[in-house]
Amino acid sequence: MTLDALSPRSRARITAVDWSLLAADEGKRLRALGIEEGAEVTVAHRGVFAGKDPIALTVGRMTIALRRAHALAMQVEELA
Amino acid sequence: MSRLRTAALVGNPNAGKSALFNVLTGARQKIANYPGVTVERKAGRMVLPSGEPLELIDLPGSYSLDSASPDEEVTRKVVLGEFPGEAQPEVFILVLDAANLDQHLVFAQEIIALGLPTIVALNMLDLAERDGLILDPAALSEALGVPVIPTVAVRRKGIDELIGALASAEKRADNEEVAPQTHVTATERRLAARNIAKGVILSQSTEHRLHTSLDKVLLHPWIGPPILFGLLFVIFQAVFAWATPFADALDSGVGMLIDWTNASLPESILRDFLTQGVLAGVGSVVVFLPQIVILFAFILVMEQSGYMARAAFIMDRLMAMVGLSGRSFIPLLSSFACAIPGIMATRSIADPKDRLTTILIAPLMTCSARLPVYAIIIAAFIPDRSVGPGFGLQGLVLFALYVAGIVGAIVVALILRRTVTAGAASGFIMELPRYQLPILRDLLIGLWQRAFIFLRRAGTIIFTVTVVLWLLLSFPKAQPGESQVDASIAGQIANGVTVLVEPIGFNRDMALSLIPALAAREVAVASLATTYAVDNDNEDAAAAALTDQLGARWSLPMALSFLAWFVFAPQCLSTIAVARRETNGWKWPIFMLLYLFALAYIFAGITYWVALGLGL
Repeated sequence: MTLDALSPRSRARITAVDWSLLAADEGKRLRALGIEEGAEVTVAHRGVFAGKDPIALTVGRMTIALRRAHALAMQVEELA
Repeated sequence: MSRLRTAALVGNPNAGKSALFNVLTGARQKIANYPGVTVERKAGRMVLPSGEPLELIDLPGSYSLDSASPDEEVTRKVVLGEFPGEAQPEVFILVLDAANLDQHLVFAQEIIALGLPTIVALNMLDLAERDGLILDPAALSEALGVPVIPTVAVRRKGIDELIGALASAEKRADNEEVAPQTHVTATERRLAARNIAKGVILSQSTEHRLHTSLDKVLLHPWIGPPILFGLLFVIFQAVFAWATPFADALDSGVGMLIDWTNASLPESILRDFLTQGVLAGVGSVVVFLPQIVILFAFILVMEQSGYMARAAFIMDRLMAMVGLSGRSFIPLLSSFACAIPGIMATRSIADPKDRLTTILIAPLMTCSARLPVYAIIIAAFIPDRSVGPGFGLQGLVLFALYVAGIVGAIVVALILRRTVTAGAASGFIMELPRYQLPILRDLLIGLWQRAFIFLRRAGTIIFTVTVVLWLLLSFPKAQPGESQVDASIAGQIANGVTVLVEPIGFNRDMALSLIPALAAREVAVASLATTYAVDNDNEDAAAAALTDQLGARWSLPMALSFLAWFVFAPQCLSTIAVARRETNGWKWPIFMLLYLFALAYIFAGITYWVALGLGL
């Protein structure tokens, strides 16, 4: 499943990222923020106006906002 | 004088660098741009215990030396000593967020690996403790091999120690060789960061309780947006209502100065110049300082508290509909204060098409320079009536003018994204920083800098333009029985412009005010004040408030048309200059000028004729 399929409060590990779906600088920025293969993330919030977009992720002690378009490029396995 | 030694603050965004910079340098700051790029260069001077001066620069926050934005590119080049004309800093103060070491230690390793003298400021230790983290600074120092000073910028904790470490680090710089760099990958650095953090954290409890519970409300899909819009509405009401007593006080102060000058100087051309030119012109603009300060106070508090990033999160979905991202929200919101910092803030937008679109619509946000114009026209023509508890009709009209600008911007962005700036949909990646109470010192320094920029504009551009206008209005002198304005050079020029703007309801005085206001919008008020001051022969009429003069000379449709004009008209030289610099050429600023003047003309015309048709 992709990161986009997760609902708020669920925790997951990123297993694979298709970097080719992301712009080069966006990929760089995501990696710089620790969002890459092996990272454990929690979906903290999902979009406003019922659009489910953007997504706020908790990574370590940071909260990062990104879009569904980015989340769709990331394969995850849900953690209990 | 000997060469000034330089130190640089480096670190991730949201590490608290600016607060530390403010504590270390006080108000002795110089804000400029790095040559060739539009990234802000903040430098300040501090004095070491030895009495030696030191130039401290606050580098743009970076996540990595592998830059992903123009800001990070500047940091990379300065840090590596590759920025032309900029000396490589001799000492780094590496600012780390104590509560987020896992992340901040990644970039820290890159800086330390450069081998230059480095001091770590383990910052915001109080917030880390609030989050239940107990840290061991000595262990961190051992792991990194550099001195670590725990700091709390807000309470000046650790500042003396930091300055002391800076002084001794400098001595070492003189006789130590630069260590060779070893090559490490980003992934290895992240793993190392995690391990170092693990060794430094003595104990931790539940994380960010305040943070998560605030976000639960403020980012709630249905509660968050109304809170944001409510806040924006309060800001606009406050700008109009809270500033009034201060503005009135300034206004009567200027009035007293005019009376005093009239009383103490003999009647002469010099006296007219001082009262009608300088005081009437500059004074009528300076009275808007309170409104500008209040607006900036809200924006700075939103930024410092961490709410601004939440606002961007909430707005992202809406901004996406017009082809922009939440990142554009911050530049656009800043543009409500002034399009210049707004356009400059667009550099944080990575996508070029996104950035260009944001630059092009930024002037549609109602900047504070329009407030003087709006305020004077509203005060003169809109009755001060209550339309509900707490809401006046005047505030409502002002709100409507802001909305008109926003709607205009939405439509323009939609059109631009499908035509001249069509291209890939933009992304939105942003850190949502922890909430913190805004620091009074930082707020005051920020407000002082904004107020100073405004006053400097009033003192230079507005002063010059007002004086030139006064000269053009005062010469040649009118024959008896002839109006001074009609006889003057300015009156002649305005007669030509009037032909153009008559179809949209503008009279000669309005046309006249538009010419000097090409330099800056607020000059329109100054020039109306000067025109009517020159036009009034008798002293009583000259002393009458500008609002009364306007009320007597303009009709309501004319006033509304004038307001509509200023919603769109790009009357600001500085904005055009900044747009030229940011887009590297004249193509886009000229496009901006043309489309905005076209919109201004069309909508002022529609407003005038509709208002006339309604019998207003």
